[in-house]
Amino acid sequence: MGIMKALRRLVGDDWGVHPVDHKRPAADLPSRRLPLPERVHLMLAQHVGAPARPVVLVGQKVRKGELIAAAHGNISAPVHASTSGTISAIGEITAPHASGLPGMAISIDADGEDAWIESDPVADPFALSPAEIAARVAAAGVVGLGGATFPSSVKLNLGRRSEIDTLILNGSECEPYLSCDDRLMRERPTDIVSGIRLMLIATGAAQAKVGIEDNKPEAIATMRLAAAAFGAVTIVPVPARYPMGSDRQLIVELSGREVPSDARAADVGVIVHNVATAHAVQQAVVLDRPLVHRMMTLNGGAAAAPGNYEVPLGTLVGDLVTLSGGSKGEVARLLMGGPMMGVVLPHARVPVVKGCSGILLLDAHEVAAAEPHACIRCGSCVRACPMGLLPLEMSARIGHDELEAAVDLGLSDCIACGCCAYVCPSHIPLVQYFYHAKGELSARQRAQLRSEATRKMALGRQQRLEREAREKAAAAARRKAERAARQGAPKAAAAATARQPEQAGERA
Amino acid sequence: MNSATRTVKPLVDKVASPHAHGGNTVTRTMFRVQLALLPATACGFWLFGWQAFFLWLLTILSCLGFEALALKMMGRGRIRRSLGDGSALLTGWLLAMSLPPWAPWWVAVVGGFIAIIAGKQVFGGVGQNVFNPAMVARVALLVSFPLPLTQWVTPLPLMTLPAPGFVDSLHVFLTSLPPPDAMASASLLGFSKTELARGIDLLHALGGAPAPLVSWLGARPGSLGESASLLILVGGVYLLGKGIITWHTPLAVLLGLALPAAIGHAVDPARYLSVSAHLLSGAAMLGAFFIATDYVTSPNTGAGQVLFGVGVGLLTWVIRSYGGYPEGMAFAVLLMNALTPVIDRFIKPRILGRDRRGRPLTIPESTA
Repeated sequence: MGIMKALRRLVGDDWGVHPVDHKRPAADLPSRRLPLPERVHLMLAQHVGAPARPVVLVGQKVRKGELIAAAHGNISAPVHASTSGTISAIGEITAPHASGLPGMAISIDADGEDAWIESDPVADPFALSPAEIAARVAAAGVVGLGGATFPSSVKLNLGRRSEIDTLILNGSECEPYLSCDDRLMRERPTDIVSGIRLMLIATGAAQAKVGIEDNKPEAIATMRLAAAAFGAVTIVPVPARYPMGSDRQLIVELSGREVPSDARAADVGVIVHNVATAHAVQQAVVLDRPLVHRMMTLNGGAAAAPGNYEVPLGTLVGDLVTLSGGSKGEVARLLMGGPMMGVVLPHARVPVVKGCSGILLLDAHEVAAAEPHACIRCGSCVRACPMGLLPLEMSARIGHDELEAAVDLGLSDCIACGCCAYVCPSHIPLVQYFYHAKGELSARQRAQLRSEATRKMALGRQQRLEREAREKAAAAARRKAERAARQGAPKAAAAATARQPEQAGERA
Repeated sequence: MNSATRTVKPLVDKVASPHAHGGNTVTRTMFRVQLALLPATACGFWLFGWQAFFLWLLTILSCLGFEALALKMMGRGRIRRSLGDGSALLTGWLLAMSLPPWAPWWVAVVGGFIAIIAGKQVFGGVGQNVFNPAMVARVALLVSFPLPLTQWVTPLPLMTLPAPGFVDSLHVFLTSLPPPDAMASASLLGFSKTELARGIDLLHALGGAPAPLVSWLGARPGSLGESASLLILVGGVYLLGKGIITWHTPLAVLLGLALPAAIGHAVDPARYLSVSAHLLSGAAMLGAFFIATDYVTSPNTGAGQVLFGVGVGLLTWVIRSYGGYPEGMAFAVLLMNALTPVIDRFIKPRILGRDRRGRPLTIPESTA
């Protein structure tokens, strides 16, 4: 193994970075249930696709697990009440995004009882048909819990349409600080394995491979024990290397297949789900429990009680921090997600969502950033990039506003993992450049589409006016000809004058 | 206005991820390269005395001075911070390593001017230059002032009797006196070139050489970076171990030089120097590990660096064997520097999910 590692370094196949993981001690503490907050705010857009549509009214009483917003369209997911109580508002709240822009949410005043709706568990979930499993997953509002938040049922159905032979379960959890998947694998391995078996049925795949980074030996051991009875499910330790949890990288590592850049994983016979999603699938199909809470990591130098918590969705980040034990010292930066790809939160009055794997309270020491310096072309970013891109060349092009040149260099293949900026000795905010360029390009594309539409409409109008003018001229010519004919045959004159008002009417 | 905006802390100081950093800095990288140069430099001081130290110090000071001057003239603020990155210091250090250790003071000053102003700042400063600044200065000095640039001295280890003391050395350095005849000597490459030009083949010429020409300990005439080439190798291995450079460039340079040297020497030992003479002479080691590996002026992919390195090594051998100058490393590096943008244009890493030409991979028909 050591020789392989050295060889990899020699041939330059040593993509990615090895950040200090900061996972312990939080990863070693048993997970805790967060005390119930007084109020939860469930965002309608917690997933990729169309936002859910509210199906409740303000003042209505709901129970935990009750549908409060239904899926809307083919790619969407429903939202369920995460505790029992009264709907107190349907309105805007700050969305978990760096912009601080608002999004629609349903607020529930908790009654403190946390009473579930009646559930309808299946006697033998493994006898269900693939379509039934997918339908139950869809109804439970399960989305990709690794952070992608793509509706899981859509992916399961996709599996039935394409030829999937391998289901890959992502338990790599390569982001530093986060350990929610680790905890889940250690504490509920049998549930996860049940979920995996259901997913195998739903996708029709013959085998499932669970990739777990080798810095989580406990999770590997518990998962191996739970999967021992099922030959189709294998646990594969993968080297701890960021971004191992990126699907394209994990697919190469576990199946040796490379997903073409313009294709999806399903096109090479693979589908990737997160282990936490497998757990949510098990809860949904076996217990008929919708996705209303999830495991998330609270960590960072300014977190007083770092650890993993079972948090009701819609809990405000501020409540999560207070109820878990508060913060210590000054919180220099509040993050949703890990430090490599996480989102800066503008303040703590932001609700947690399905895709939130952790909240980080970073202290001043952890966010200490040096000022950017000129690029010295050291090539560290080239070696670190897991996609084989040239971050230094792309950022130089973007700096000169040559966005098309950056696209030619592969900007669209960038997964924004942050390896380049992590290793940059000049502290150049490379990912910021790439986000900027991608945003600018899509804005330009929209503007171009708009101007094309405008141009088309203007052209259409012009053509219409021309046609009308032509018709008018033709009509005038016809009249003239008729008049001439009339003069030639004065007898017809009376009849022609009678027809004239008729033509005027036509013209109008 | 300016001071006001500087004091206001933005609401969200940095929006885009990542919110973690590996901790590497330009200053640390440059410092490590300087650390790697230290053993060879110290050995050079011991071999060539105070003169060499003065030359080294003044070259570095003049590089720093011209860097500060250029930044000030261009109105770039934060001169201290720019100097603190250590790049100008390193340029000066590398230039000093390539000069004859007893070169007069004005060589250091003119060299610093050429390296920093003409070699670096006119291109836009750090990271923007096409050519290696130290080598630009080295070549410009060599073609402009061939005499002081080719006067090598026999090493007289410091504290030994005939070595001049501190005050005497300073006097010689500042008055630009040529080294005494007794000490003047030729480097191996220069010696063999002149002997060949006189029609004496190498078998005879090297047999009666006045000083040990290839010495593993480094006690032989040459620049600071030439005499102690084994210590340069030690520094290079340190850089490799620290991951500051990769094996691609140094190995390619050494192979590009050693392979033709081996063939040539095997075919006609009277005409071509041996592999060890080539590898341990001139700027071979310094070039392979410290000059050709310069980030700014070399390609940024492993494959590109191999091509670049082979080019440097091969050109060095060609110039040494057939050119008018005894040493060709500086010329070879500059020539390959000019090719770097071309190499970078054509040699790019393969993007995951795409073929070498950037087209998406085809979806396999069947995935059994």
